Amino acid sequence: MGYGMAKVLMKGAEAIAEAAVRAGCRFFGGYPITPQSEILEYLSWRMPEVGGTFVQCESEISGISMVYGAAACGMRAMTSSSGPGFSLLQEGISYIASAELPCVIANIQRYGSGLGDIFVGQSDYWQTVKNGGHGDYRTLVYAPNSVQETADLTQLSFEKAEEHRNPVILLTDASLSQMMEPAELPEMCGHDPDVPAWALKGKGDGTYKRHTSVMYSMADYDSYIAEKYRKIERSEQRWESIETDDADLILVAYGISARLCEEAVEISRGNGKKVGLIRPISLYPFPNDAFLDACPRHGWLCVEMTMLAQMAQDVAIACGMKQRVFDLGGGVGFFDTDTVLGAIEDIFSRRRKEVYGI
Amino acid sequence: MKCARPKILFADNKYCPGCGHGIVNRLIAEILEESGDDKKALAAFAVGCSSWMPDTFGVDCVQAQHGRAAAVACGMKRSRPECTVFAYQGDGDALAIGLSETMWAAIRNENITVIFVNNGNFGMTGGQMAPTTLAGQITTTSPGGRDPATTGYPLNVIEMMRTVDVAYLARGALTDPAAIRKTKSYIGRAFEAQRTQAGYAFVEVLSPCPTNWKMTPLDSLTHISKVVEAVYPLGEFADWKMKK
Ligand SMILES: Cc1ncc(C[n+]2csc(CCOP(=O)(O)OP(=O)(O)O)c2C)c(N)n1
Ligand code: SF4
Repeated sequence: MGYGMAKVLMKGAEAIAEAAVRAGCRFFGGYPITPQSEILEYLSWRMPEVGGTFVQCESEISGISMVYGAAACGMRAMTSSSGPGFSLLQEGISYIASAELPCVIANIQRYGSGLGDIFVGQSDYWQTVKNGGHGDYRTLVYAPNSVQETADLTQLSFEKAEEHRNPVILLTDASLSQMMEPAELPEMCGHDPDVPAWALKGKGDGTYKRHTSVMYSMADYDSYIAEKYRKIERSEQRWESIETDDADLILVAYGISARLCEEAVEISRGNGKKVGLIRPISLYPFPNDAFLDACPRHGWLCVEMTMLAQMAQDVAIACGMKQRVFDLGGGVGFFDTDTVLGAIEDIFSRRRKEVYGI
Repeated sequence: MKCARPKILFADNKYCPGCGHGIVNRLIAEILEESGDDKKALAAFAVGCSSWMPDTFGVDCVQAQHGRAAAVACGMKRSRPECTVFAYQGDGDALAIGLSETMWAAIRNENITVIFVNNGNFGMTGGQMAPTTLAGQITTTSPGGRDPATTGYPLNVIEMMRTVDVAYLARGALTDPAAIRKTKSYIGRAFEAQRTQAGYAFVEVLSPCPTNWKMTPLDSLTHISKVVEAVYPLGEFADWKMKK
């Protein structure tokens, strides 16, 4: 296909696939589920073209297990899923985190519990950000809000996964993966699987390497793991602040919801209401620093496509549990910019209840 | 007969006295060193009593999730086709929780070697019923003896694998030196299949678990030759060289 540096029109899911290839990913194992199947379809021809491996696995469990094996061998490896399939990945993600290996997982959210449905949703925030798997680990989570940012953050995910020897999750949703937008893809970069210190290639004449939970017998493991994630929390917060300096109300939204909120900020400003937006780009670590020193008169409005508030809890914590936090959610019923404007109006006229009633 | 311990076994194994795992570990270690494959060996160790292996078996390795060793091994082999990749699994791991990964590695005829230790129960967790538990066998979760009417019959996975195109299938035992030598030759051929890129190779080893069987080590061996082998016959069941 050979994209140049010019912008091309592509689907979000394809942007993930092509950006992964360009980031040096040469191993993909996964299982079809809407709305992420385009990633498999794309990589089924693209991986062989670049000498990489594509496996349509018997399940998501097998997919993440193959990624575990490939990552252990020094490969840049990835899987992707959604909803019930993402649930099945959790055991493997926990093992990979425990073995301190890098890999990238794309979670294309659909809405709902159980089988749920294939339309857009953001109801897997907690599962993705707060460890869906067992144990004492974290995964870095990036949430793009456009096809361009999807491509950029895919590449960043591979870099950060290696830098921190940790799984990284790219969290998007049905709309971002299905819609087409012009995007400029990163240039092709190479990756030599022999280079990483953790790469298994046979012990040769040296000593053998093992990827297992042996570190739990290290005397200073507790302080080691605490410092690993403290460092990530200090150095990896990413967000975008829009018109927050003088804001009387600050919206907080990630991904596709943030697009509506941007529009709501613009319209509100046009109507003389000082509204701003914080758009978390890293969800773990949550960009707490963005909230430092801000104390908008009317508080904060967390907008997310889930009816039972999830990210709102992180917003409340980021505000030290001392400020007013409202939420606007939607699950089966979508909200649009007008709904957001309605919520803003309610808050300005003190008609809306706080999410946790602090 | 070689008396020196293979270098791969750099520490004493941690199995119970009379356990078959120790012998199987040794056979694999000897084969890898005799062929020189130890230098490029990659192992996916299962969860079970084999979870001790990362502490005693010195080859590059991954501790796989319970049941997923075959899939982890596929990820490794496809990433490093030049390496000798094997999965080492118990019967709970490979046939209960991991039957899907086990069968699909065979169905895709992945070029890996799987060593499968059939000791008729879940050893590590205290002797619960496994897919391989014999009909009528008492375990901690079949206190009245395994009842095929409600729990199914003992699973002969080699019979399942014979229905798909794989390179090598064999079942051996550890009941006496002759049986051990034969099992070693099966394991050797399973690695040869991989070396010659013939495809998937699987060796089942009937193995004693005296601790959970509540038998002496010697009685365990007699039990295998008298009772277990009647359900799980020994021999080679697929051989890529015969196909040509
Ligand atoms: C997902 C999961 N479920 C259950 C367990 C507990 N568990 C550990 S080992 C084991 C069974 C091992 O039996 P087998 O595979 O037959 O190996 P053996 O110990 O007999 O060699 C179980 C159930 C686990 N570690 N992970
Ligand atoms: S419990 Fe059984 S299988 Fe495990 S080490 Fe002891 S004898 Fe061997």
